[in-house]
Amino acid sequence: MNLILLSAIWGVVMMFSGLFLNSKSAAKTVALVGAVALLIGNLFDLSGKMIINSDFKGMLHYERFGLLFLTVLILALLIYILLSGKDVEAVGKHSFEYFALIFFVMSGAGLVALFNNLLILFIGIEIVSIPLYILTGSDKRNLKGNEAALKYFLMGSFSTGILLMGIAFLYGAAGSFQVERLAAITSDNFTAFTTVGIVMVMVALAFKVSAAPFHFWTPDVYDGAPTVFTSFMATIVKAAIFIGFLNLFTNAFAGKADTWKLTVAVITALTLFIGNITAVYQQSVKRMLAYSSIAQAGFMLFAVFAVNDLSKQGLLLYAAAYCFATIGIFAVLVKMKDYTFEGFNGLAKRQPLVAFVLTVCFLSLAGIPLTAGFFAKYYVLAAAVKTGTYLWLVIFAVLMAAVSVYYYFRVIQAMYFKDGEAQELEITAPFKALLVVVAAVVVVLGVYPSLLTNMLFFF
Amino acid sequence: MSDIPISHILFVSTALFFIGMYGLFTRRNMITMLMAIELILNSVNINFVVFNKYLYPDKLDGIFFTIFIVTIAAAEAAVAIAIIINLYRSHKSIDVEDATDMKY
Repeated sequence: MNLILLSAIWGVVMMFSGLFLNSKSAAKTVALVGAVALLIGNLFDLSGKMIINSDFKGMLHYERFGLLFLTVLILALLIYILLSGKDVEAVGKHSFEYFALIFFVMSGAGLVALFNNLLILFIGIEIVSIPLYILTGSDKRNLKGNEAALKYFLMGSFSTGILLMGIAFLYGAAGSFQVERLAAITSDNFTAFTTVGIVMVMVALAFKVSAAPFHFWTPDVYDGAPTVFTSFMATIVKAAIFIGFLNLFTNAFAGKADTWKLTVAVITALTLFIGNITAVYQQSVKRMLAYSSIAQAGFMLFAVFAVNDLSKQGLLLYAAAYCFATIGIFAVLVKMKDYTFEGFNGLAKRQPLVAFVLTVCFLSLAGIPLTAGFFAKYYVLAAAVKTGTYLWLVIFAVLMAAVSVYYYFRVIQAMYFKDGEAQELEITAPFKALLVVVAAVVVVLGVYPSLLTNMLFFF
Repeated sequence: MSDIPISHILFVSTALFFIGMYGLFTRRNMITMLMAIELILNSVNINFVVFNKYLYPDKLDGIFFTIFIVTIAAAEAAVAIAIIINLYRSHKSIDVEDATDMKY
């Protein structure tokens, strides 16, 4: 509860400080204070000390997994603000408002992670989505940004309609929005209403996490949005919606897993295939990362597919590995002028440290051992193997991970083995130090993944 | 109230839902598309109220949900119109066909 309250309050504080503080560059500092406050508030949440200690008649559910996941998201937000805060300020003249919207999104993420009632899930997803429509179109003079905002809005509200229709059918079957009640009806009396409801909710959530065949908005939106906000959308927001997805399917629908397993398996296979194969053909690194985020969503879907205890550890680790690596890559990409693969030519000569950190991040995304991405992929796939069925899906995923190595290594190859006029990057010493921290986190989680996953059980 | 069977009302709401979906996919005018989205959301509202009234009349869960939907739909419409105005400023048109700067 601390997180939800504090981030909503801090969003308002950000807006007012925009009014009263004249210096534009104060935005990053104020946001940083807010992020640290969120982190402290969340740690109090984890130890059970809350400002308002109420679960609102069972509408929220303070599960250790959800709270720990939020801790990871807040740490990612902290790194994001530290690395890219200056670039957020540079998007336009309303720098305080951008951060305010980011804090509102975090409040929605808190609701999505801790919901125990479909009403809270719906409100949380909307609070996450609506600020993002604005952030996507925040660069008002950029035609691509405007178009991306429009597409995002149309697809987003369409999927909201489907989600609501699904919730309406589930309500018709269960007579309540409580997750326990849904779990009871999905395992006992199974009706057509329940099936339609589950399918519609699944489709809507697949839209939100950009799983194929509902992914088509993703490349355009991620490409058109200002790059700093693409970084935010592709990491923290996507992970936040995934935990809602996993919690809903674990707590409410797991009783009838055989009815939706096949559908989720097909969505997962399609997502992996389309994401990875299309990413191979991209010329722009930003667009390649958009497709790669679709592919990574395919791996995270394995957690939803498996719905067992390993899938929780897997999603937690995957979210951490994916968020940190992607935020690191985007932080460097924002500073570049040329987003094509050629733009990375010869970067290793001019900026050896940055090139090294980027390499670690890309290796982690590809799932090479000794980086966090390897154990993240291992855990989610192990969760799927543990269910004992659909082994072909796991084999297919491993093949697709091999395909992903190709396009990630293209960047590494461009940085180290191709000669070229590397672009002039404005990189300060603190920025470099933070990049090293990101790389260190990725490597440490790759060697000791239990540091994070054990926290699910003891503290 | 009970002389109208529930299936009739569900038919209306389903029809509205698909009219909205059809409008979203065929119309090229952004304002009309926004109206189509509102149709979808309102069809859901009808569903919630009907289920509440006919199946679970002792509680008001469904009706409360519609209030939240109406509120959030209003917020969405405000953002949507801001986006449309912004697009109109740059493209001088509110036709989505004109907003295709990005390649698929």
